[in-house]
Amino acid sequence: MSWTRENRWRAALVLAGVIFTLAAPGMLELFTIINLSTAIALAILALSLGLIWGYGGILCFGQTAFFGIGAYAYTIAAVNFGGSSWAVLVAILAAAVFAAVLGYFMFYGRVSDVYMAVITLTVTLILYSLLRRTSGPEYKIGDALLGGFNGVTSPPLNLPWAPYMPLFPEHVFYVGMAVLIIGYIICAWLIQTHFGRVAVAIRENELRAELIGYDTRFYKLAMFTIGGAIAGAGGIIFANGVGRVTPDIFNLYNSALAIIWVIVGGRGTLAGPVMGAFALFYLTSWLGTQGVVNNNLVLGLTLIIFVLAVPRGILPTFISWWDGARSRRAMQRRELKVRRKRGRRSSELREAADEK
Amino acid sequence: MDLVIALALQIVYGIASLVLISLGLAIIFGMMRVINLAHGEFLMLGGYTVVISTNQGVNIWFAMLVLAPLVVGLIGVLVERLLIQFLYGRMVDTLLATWGLSLLFVGLVTSIFGAQTATTISPPLGAIQIGDYSSSAYELFLIGVTVVLLLLVYAVLKLTKLGLVARATMQSDDMASALGVSTKRIYMITFGLGAAVSGLAGGLLAPVTGVLPSIGATYIAKAFITVISGGASILAGTTAASVLLGGINGIMAFLTGPTLGEVALLAAAIILIRLLPTGITGRFFRKSL
Repeated sequence: MSWTRENRWRAALVLAGVIFTLAAPGMLELFTIINLSTAIALAILALSLGLIWGYGGILCFGQTAFFGIGAYAYTIAAVNFGGSSWAVLVAILAAAVFAAVLGYFMFYGRVSDVYMAVITLTVTLILYSLLRRTSGPEYKIGDALLGGFNGVTSPPLNLPWAPYMPLFPEHVFYVGMAVLIIGYIICAWLIQTHFGRVAVAIRENELRAELIGYDTRFYKLAMFTIGGAIAGAGGIIFANGVGRVTPDIFNLYNSALAIIWVIVGGRGTLAGPVMGAFALFYLTSWLGTQGVVNNNLVLGLTLIIFVLAVPRGILPTFISWWDGARSRRAMQRRELKVRRKRGRRSSELREAADEK
Repeated sequence: MDLVIALALQIVYGIASLVLISLGLAIIFGMMRVINLAHGEFLMLGGYTVVISTNQGVNIWFAMLVLAPLVVGLIGVLVERLLIQFLYGRMVDTLLATWGLSLLFVGLVTSIFGAQTATTISPPLGAIQIGDYSSSAYELFLIGVTVVLLLLVYAVLKLTKLGLVARATMQSDDMASALGVSTKRIYMITFGLGAAVSGLAGGLLAPVTGVLPSIGATYIAKAFITVISGGASILAGTTAASVLLGGINGIMAFLTGPTLGEVALLAAAIILIRLLPTGITGRFFRKSL
């Protein structure tokens, strides 16, 4: 990984994240911190979708499926094991395996991207309707009742060596930020490896990448699985931030939300979707407290406007505007210099002519 | 024997309702290659049209069979003019924009009518007896309507001038427009018709399911699975996929309960797509409509 301009920005962003993590619990109220944990979980989900859609070119409308499976698997495992250490591993694995199986069917079946979008969305919705039906006492996994519509209470995370010591909400915040920052670094590293470059090549032109000799199916499957694992990790933080998982995690509104974060933030960036998630989380919770307009209405309008008017998203549009402005300024400076030089030369000539 | 008849009726009803909720989506997808993510909301709007107008004293049959398709069809034309026409050829953007539209409709209806069920209406027609089992006559009526609807769409596509021109546009829009067909108008009409069929379906199902602003989400998964499994042919694809998936769903639901029935439906659809990525009609009945 070289010290390019992008990487300097990324390093600055990571630094800002670390400073925020250390400073926030001292400055903000506990309620805000608890709320932030949920926002962080959603930001991790946004990051995973930003990776697979923005860099892998995989149009996944059901990224919340892996997020929700992570949350459910964590909760069920933690209830059964009586501690969170193995549950974390189980949750990430469960999300990754589910992504791998689903991805195998889609990529090796050579389903086109629009079909893929619809299939992933459908799978998520079917999980939603399935889990809503699990309210009876016969639906349980080990000791964990699935609880249907009401969901399951998630046991809090604990230190790996002390299962009887649950973490406090501010510690969950630290863990969440750590997962987000480490996830961001992993993604930023991944897209600069050979693997990541091939993935981008496939996004740009799948046929060409295949003709060069890459097994595009495998690369896409690997990308999809990694995205699923990251989303699963986000699900663990979500289960801790909210304290409960319900089937609503799989509903249409949440899948749409994930897409909107990425569209608003910008495809082909990692920071954009994360910022989009934070921004929209606070926008929707603010709108919720106002109670004047319906959230669905605002989100729907946002999505339509962005697709029609700002299809690349805010961050890429801003970057290209910034670059354009900078090069324009540089050009103006250069022109000014040239003109001044020319002016000097012409005045010298005039003087010379005068002397004659 | 009675059990077999009752069970068969149940399965046929499952298949018919799959056809009903998917047909509008299939028309728009098959003709225009546009996947309409607001499809569930078109069904929802059809349902609201029926419930509200019936509560205002309109005859329920008139509301279901005339008003619902008319209102939703007009909404469809409006949507095509204001949104979809800018996005032809950009499939992913169409998906995203129609998803935005879906949220917008849910938001609008929630703002106007509230998030809870608007006053429901009970299904007309009573029950019928099959030996020891009773079944709803309305379900039989829905099966009949589905068959009529399929025949109607077939007739329109095959026998009318509009159908001929629409099929030509579907095969090659450049060639059609070179021969003087206004493809823009055809697309507008097709989208409107697809929306109208969705509205009709939503209206017909409203007495059975009730209406909620978010009810679209419960339809949309099944509708998509059916259309994608069916492939590009509108009628043959939708019917074949509905028979297959609805049959599997019905039999599994009878054997193990409704939850596993849906799992079986999903699993069957995913395996089907793995084996036939372009749907059933991508491999079989390719020349059909």
